[in-house]
Amino acid sequence: MFDVISDRFDGIFRRLRSRGKLSADDVEEVAREIRRALLEADVNVRVVKDFVNRIKERATGSEVAQSLSPAQQVIKIVHEELAVTLGGTTGHLSSSAKPPEVIVLVGLQGAGKTTAAAKLAYYLEQQENKRVLLVAADLQRPAAVEQLQVLGQNISVPVFTQPTTPEEVAVAGRQEAERLGRNVVIIDTAGRLQIDDDLMEELNQLCKKVVPDDVLLVLDSMTGQAAVDVAQSFRAQVGLTGLVMTKLDGDTRGGAALSVKEVTGLPILFAGVGETTKDFEAFHPDRMASRILGMGDALTLIEKAEAAFDAEATARTQERMAEGLFTLEDFLDQMQQVRKMGPLSSVMGMLPGVPKELRQAEVDESQLGNIEAIIYSMTPAERKDPSIINGSRRRRIALGSGTSTQAVNGLLKQFTMMRQMMRQMNGAKSKRKGGKGRRGAGVDIPGFDLSGLDIPRPPGA
Amino acid sequence: MGEESEDHVKRRSLRERMVKSRAPFSELRRRWHARKIDEEVWDELEETLLLADVGLTTTAGLLEAVRSRVGKESLADGINEVLAQAICAQLEENSTSRSLVFDEGTTNVWMLVGVNGVGKTTTTAKLAAREQLAGRSVLLAAADTFRAAAAEQLGIWADRLGIEVIRGQDRGDPGAVAFDAVQAAVARNIDLVVVDTAGRLHNKKNLMEELAKVSRVVQRTSAPLSEVLLVLDATTGQNGLAQAREFVARAGVTGVVLTKVDGAAKGGIVLAIESELNVPVKLLGVGETVEDLVVFDPYDFATALVE
Repeated sequence: MFDVISDRFDGIFRRLRSRGKLSADDVEEVAREIRRALLEADVNVRVVKDFVNRIKERATGSEVAQSLSPAQQVIKIVHEELAVTLGGTTGHLSSSAKPPEVIVLVGLQGAGKTTAAAKLAYYLEQQENKRVLLVAADLQRPAAVEQLQVLGQNISVPVFTQPTTPEEVAVAGRQEAERLGRNVVIIDTAGRLQIDDDLMEELNQLCKKVVPDDVLLVLDSMTGQAAVDVAQSFRAQVGLTGLVMTKLDGDTRGGAALSVKEVTGLPILFAGVGETTKDFEAFHPDRMASRILGMGDALTLIEKAEAAFDAEATARTQERMAEGLFTLEDFLDQMQQVRKMGPLSSVMGMLPGVPKELRQAEVDESQLGNIEAIIYSMTPAERKDPSIINGSRRRRIALGSGTSTQAVNGLLKQFTMMRQMMRQMNGAKSKRKGGKGRRGAGVDIPGFDLSGLDIPRPPGA
Repeated sequence: MGEESEDHVKRRSLRERMVKSRAPFSELRRRWHARKIDEEVWDELEETLLLADVGLTTTAGLLEAVRSRVGKESLADGINEVLAQAICAQLEENSTSRSLVFDEGTTNVWMLVGVNGVGKTTTTAKLAAREQLAGRSVLLAAADTFRAAAAEQLGIWADRLGIEVIRGQDRGDPGAVAFDAVQAAVARNIDLVVVDTAGRLHNKKNLMEELAKVSRVVQRTSAPLSEVLLVLDATTGQNGLAQAREFVARAGVTGVVLTKVDGAAKGGIVLAIESELNVPVKLLGVGETVEDLVVFDPYDFATALVE
């Protein structure tokens, strides 16, 4: 539903393309769509209300810039406003005057605190050369201590615990860090409900005793409307300095991030983005803005595409495509160009309008390597004209590339299909060119038909 | 009968737990006293539902149902009840049966699935305790071989309950664990095997495929896989629907267990899940102890949602 938000904007604005200014009525109509989009993304109802009002104020009567369609204009405003709300720059942990630096992780049950503790430890050791001590103070959940111990062992970070009380464990953990000369202490606490007064008080006491430099709320990015309440309660009762969003590798829009940022003003510092301990990164507000809006990061893509593409080579390839002369060599060339833009999965994620299934498809990068190897194992003649590849050539190619004849067959089949599709696509495109000029389509990425998308033409293109 | 009255006790405690979040709406009701139903009232009703994670589409449908039931000149006083009735009607229309399926006279298998951190392991233990109490013999399968110490966690619960748990190697094949557990249970005439699986995000194709494989492996045994329960965290927002869609499609989910229901989070997304996917909510997890698993009651749920 949400992936089509840009289409809907287009629908609304198509009929007023000629006008230069956004009227109050236009804005009202588009505001409804934005509200819907934000609510579907789990942004808190009250936050949505304020947010939409701000957009309305900014958009009404604003000039539509030359290079943008009115829809793009509003989307740009929304995007900017989202990015500002989420925080312009990446936040940082408080630096401690006197080591060890103490970080306490708090949150609801199942938010991912224990996993986040290990991930943060690994991140700080790898990225900032810190020496971390993990402290297992979740004495509530069965085997939570063992879980942290196993995770710690996997990343070679020591884990401290003792079977006393969470408060005593935390305090002793801090002392242990001083003794061992570790300069960061990460304390994992038990999950608790923000309305459980006793447990919140326990946490409050713990924090008073260990005097942390940072208290981070670990928040599941799939959280719905309750996120605001959770963040506010934890902040009021134990004091927070920032947030960690977890499970962002899911397909949630993650509106919770916007809600808690807007209501609490706390910076979102880190994001958990995968199953393994290294899948943890600094939080990027601008990326989150695009994600919430559900549009893909068109701007980033344009920048990347500009940087990576050899314009001349692209033009040449396109010509060849149109003429149906597209060979395996061109294919290889293109694949390498696309790969220059980054991991294919992230490139896909940035393309607006790419179907959801495709965007979320796990692209197997190793398969791309196989394809490269197969093509490299062909003779130039074979690359030009794959139809000459017979059984014995196939076996040779498979052997040379370290793959199988099935893999070679698969690639050839795909290539043939792709070439057919390209012919059809190009046929359709040249017909369209004869009609009215279309907006957008300033960027051409071989293999992706972007002509249906409204991407502003990059300067100089 | 004994079970029935116990559930009533639980229901009361569920309501008590919900007191905190109920306060603002009671306030609302006072404000609405003797007032006509105007746009503001509708807006506030909408907000109430959206705040409970009911979602825009379902909310619109429910408000429409309420509109058709109240007259133009009606007063707002009783409108929450009308809304609760509409929710209740929708839930009852969707779902045929909310009781857990158990084929007598053979070993049954129930499997728990869901995304990370929703409470699968805890729910596995709660389910086992519940069935044990009902006089059934139970065996647990720790098929979460991925998360560190997940098997230990289930093992601790099993010790407390005096139930055996079949474990595999860390990072081992979860299908093999499930298979071994079912074989062992069949050989010993155990009534029920509850299989705990690793949490997985529903958009991870390979992990969903792994889950489909576990259920295929179980289906190859003589024991019927009579329930595949999707465990859903009540704090989940609109993504819950996407989760349910994938788990239904890939793992053949037969029911939902809504966990962490306690007042702060209401789990309104299950309305959309029921109406779109026709999968009934069967149980609610309302607390941290093994007894805190209760039968889902549409009326209670609806009342808690709007009060």
